[in-house]
Amino acid sequence: MLPLLQRELTEKRAWISEEELTDYYAIGQCTPGPIAMNVSTFIGNRLAGIPGALAATMGFISAPFLIIIIISVFLQNFASIAAVQHAFAGIRVCVCVLIFQAILKLWKKSVVDIKSLILYIVILVLNLFSKVLPVSIPAAVLVLCAGIFGILFCREKEGGK
Amino acid sequence: MIYLRLFFEFFKTGLFAVGGGLATLPFLYEMGSKTGWFSAADVADMIAVSESTPGAIGINMATFAGYKTAGIAGGVCATLGLAAPSIIIILIVAKFLERFRDNKYVNRAFLGLRPASIAMITAAGLNVVKIAMVDLSAYSGIETIPQIFILKAWILAAVIVIISLKFKKLHPIVLIALSAAAGILFKF
Repeated sequence: MLPLLQRELTEKRAWISEEELTDYYAIGQCTPGPIAMNVSTFIGNRLAGIPGALAATMGFISAPFLIIIIISVFLQNFASIAAVQHAFAGIRVCVCVLIFQAILKLWKKSVVDIKSLILYIVILVLNLFSKVLPVSIPAAVLVLCAGIFGILFCREKEGGK
Repeated sequence: MIYLRLFFEFFKTGLFAVGGGLATLPFLYEMGSKTGWFSAADVADMIAVSESTPGAIGINMATFAGYKTAGIAGGVCATLGLAAPSIIIILIVAKFLERFRDNKYVNRAFLGLRPASIAMITAAGLNVVKIAMVDLSAYSGIETIPQIFILKAWILAAVIVIISLKFKKLHPIVLIALSAAAGILFKF
């Protein structure tokens, strides 16, 4: 989802900046609901107020809504069809590439100094090994800690804003 | 009134499921056993469907359960119920942000949030790599390490990288469609 948003909104239409997209993604982690939907609501609101927020969210949920209705009506064992499995195995490979291309683009604006690099590595490691750790830390808590870290240690001039 | 009940049950799920789609699962299991609208097996099937269609599992489950219980209108009520709390909370946060956009503490918080956000996206990306491009079950000793990389997948990934570097204007949806075709053709 993120690569598509990044491509459509920051590059093609230039509706929002890459920093804003990253900010919305961080907030979307902390508020309830699917992250990508939260990002859509945010962007809609940013561009056109509350009607924009509603329009963006409706746009975001209508495609899956239609697909699930169609699947429920016509296909009993959709997920077990061999061709569907092969197609989605291929799509997942593509998704890997798209995600990492998007990360590369957003990286430059976000990881700007040694502090933000340390923060990146710590959060990444905590995320990757969350299953091995004795206590699993919810994503929302990690995001909140990162925000507090920013308030305490980050300064604007180093952020290059 | 079944429509109102669908709306409110999914409203509750939407309100408390923080952290993306999978966070809705415990709420969905509980709702299924409480209301009888869907079974635990239905939830498992929906995880499979959600992995192979666009859209978040919470939304998919709401649509499915609402449709099964009360037709298309039921699907609409349940889906809107799930989305409503998120929309309300985001609007509140956005209003707050507009007012404090120039506050230096808010700006500093974002300097910390951005690398964290990218780190989480990286973790999510690595998770997809684990599912799509490596087969850890092939591991049986240090000499089998090359075998855990699914060769077909890495070739396809390389092709996608080359295509996207050559045709920078190409929409990602084209790449996704090509990958789906390659998946069916080469039996991924």
